[in-house]
Amino acid sequence: MSCQIDIKGLVKRFGDNTVLNGIDLCLQPGERMAIIGPSGTGKSTLLRCLNYLDRPEEGRITIGDLTVDAENAQKSDILALRRRTGFVFQNYALFANKTARANIMEGLTTVRGWSKAQATERADQILSQIGLGDRGDSYPAAMSGGQQQRVGIGRAMALDAELLLFDEPTSALDPEWVGEVLDLIRRVADGRQTMLIVTHEMQFAREIADRIVFMEGGRIVEQGPPSQIFGNAQDDRTRAFLRRVG
Amino acid sequence: MLDLIPVIASYVPLTLFMAIMSMIAGLALAAVMAVIRVIKVPYLHRIVAVFISFFRGTPLLVQLFLFYFGLPQLVSGLQNLDGVSAAIIGLTLHFSAYMAESIRGAILGVDRSQWEAAASVGMTQKQVLTRIILPQAARTAAPTLMNYFIDIIKSTSLAFTLGVTEMMGAAQKEASSTFLYPEAFLVVAVFYWVIVETLSAGQRRLEHRLGKAVSR
Repeated sequence: MSCQIDIKGLVKRFGDNTVLNGIDLCLQPGERMAIIGPSGTGKSTLLRCLNYLDRPEEGRITIGDLTVDAENAQKSDILALRRRTGFVFQNYALFANKTARANIMEGLTTVRGWSKAQATERADQILSQIGLGDRGDSYPAAMSGGQQQRVGIGRAMALDAELLLFDEPTSALDPEWVGEVLDLIRRVADGRQTMLIVTHEMQFAREIADRIVFMEGGRIVEQGPPSQIFGNAQDDRTRAFLRRVG
Repeated sequence: MLDLIPVIASYVPLTLFMAIMSMIAGLALAAVMAVIRVIKVPYLHRIVAVFISFFRGTPLLVQLFLFYFGLPQLVSGLQNLDGVSAAIIGLTLHFSAYMAESIRGAILGVDRSQWEAAASVGMTQKQVLTRIILPQAARTAAPTLMNYFIDIIKSTSLAFTLGVTEMMGAAQKEASSTFLYPEAFLVVAVFYWVIVETLSAGQRRLEHRLGKAVSR
C-alpha cells in the first residue's frame, strides 16, 4: 500500500548532538500511530521536525502530494507543510490574547481565508464537539488545563489537517484532567484521522493505536501492532523499557 | 496670579499637539525598530542598534539643537524648519529609541510557545507578529510606554529653547513682563501636573481593559 505520510532519512542535530539519526516512517491513510520510548530519545523532536518547528538537517517528508526536502526547503514549502498538519502541544499553547472560539477560528480566517461568519460557525461546531459549547468566550487563563488542552485539540482539528501530531498531550495536566483529554483524543482517533501521538500513557497507546513505534537514541528500534510490541517485543531494549514503565 | 491661568491655558493645545504627534510617530517607529531587532532583519538590525544607541546616549537638548540649529545648515531643504516641527522630530526620534527597547523587551517576554503555536497553524511570520505576538507584547509594554508619553509631555517644554512659545515659553514671557516669577512657574507646573494626572487616570482604565485576557 502507498503511504499517505512518508518520512525518509530524517536527521536532526543540535550542535554536536544528533537527536534524530535517520528516521523512516510510513503512515497509511487513517493510520493511528503512537511513539513510545525513554525520555530524551527524540520523540518530541521528531514531531516538531514534521511541522518544521525544529528544522531537520537531512531527510524528506511527504504528505499526500507535497514533498519537503530538508536540504532545500523554502519558506513556502514549510508553510504548505504546516497547513497540512495540526499540532497539539504538551503545554496547550493557546493564544493567550484570544478567546477559546477565536483560538479555533484563527487558522481558518488568517491562514485559510474563511469569512468570519463561516469560521464562527465551524468554531462553535467544534466547541460543542469538544464539550465546551458554553466556554467559547472564555480566555485561556480562565480555563482549567483539561479545558485548555481540549481547545488546543479543537484548534488543530479545525484545520482539517491530513496529519494530526500530538506531543505528549496529557503530560502537563493534573491527573484529574487527563481522562477528559484522552477521551477526546480517542474520539478523534475513532474518526480514522491519520495521527501520530507521542505519549507516556501506555494503556492508552495500546487502545487507540494501529501501530506502536519504539524509539531510543534517535532511532526507531522496533515497530508493530500493539499486540506484538506489548505482548511479544522482539528487541531487548523494547522489553527493558516496557518493564520499567509497566 | 489668576490672570495667568487663561494665558497659560491657551497654550495647552500646542503642548498636547507636540506631545501627541511625537508619541504617535515615535510609537510607530519604535514598533518597527523593535520587530527589526527581534527577528534580526539582516543589516537593518545593526543600523537600528546604532540609532538606538545614539538617541539614548546623547541628551535630548543636544538632539533638539542639532535638528533646529545644526541640520538646516547641512540640508538645504530644512532651512525653513520651524521650532515646532524640529521639536516633534527630536522628541519622536529620542523617545522612539527608548520605546523600541521596551517593546523589544515585551516581545521577548511573550512565551516561545506562542510563536510556535501560531506557526503551527500555518501563519506567516508577519501574521504571527501582528495577530499573536504584538497584541500580547502591547499589554506588557503599556505601563512603560505610558511613562514615556508622560515624559514626552514634560519634555515638550524644551521646545521653548527653540523659540517656540508653548506653555513653558508663555510662562517665561508672562513672568518677565509682570515680574511674577514664582507665580508664573508655579501655575505652569500645576498645568503639567494636571495634564499628567488626567492621563494617568486614563492609563489605569486602559490597563484594566487590556488585562481582561489574563483575569479569571
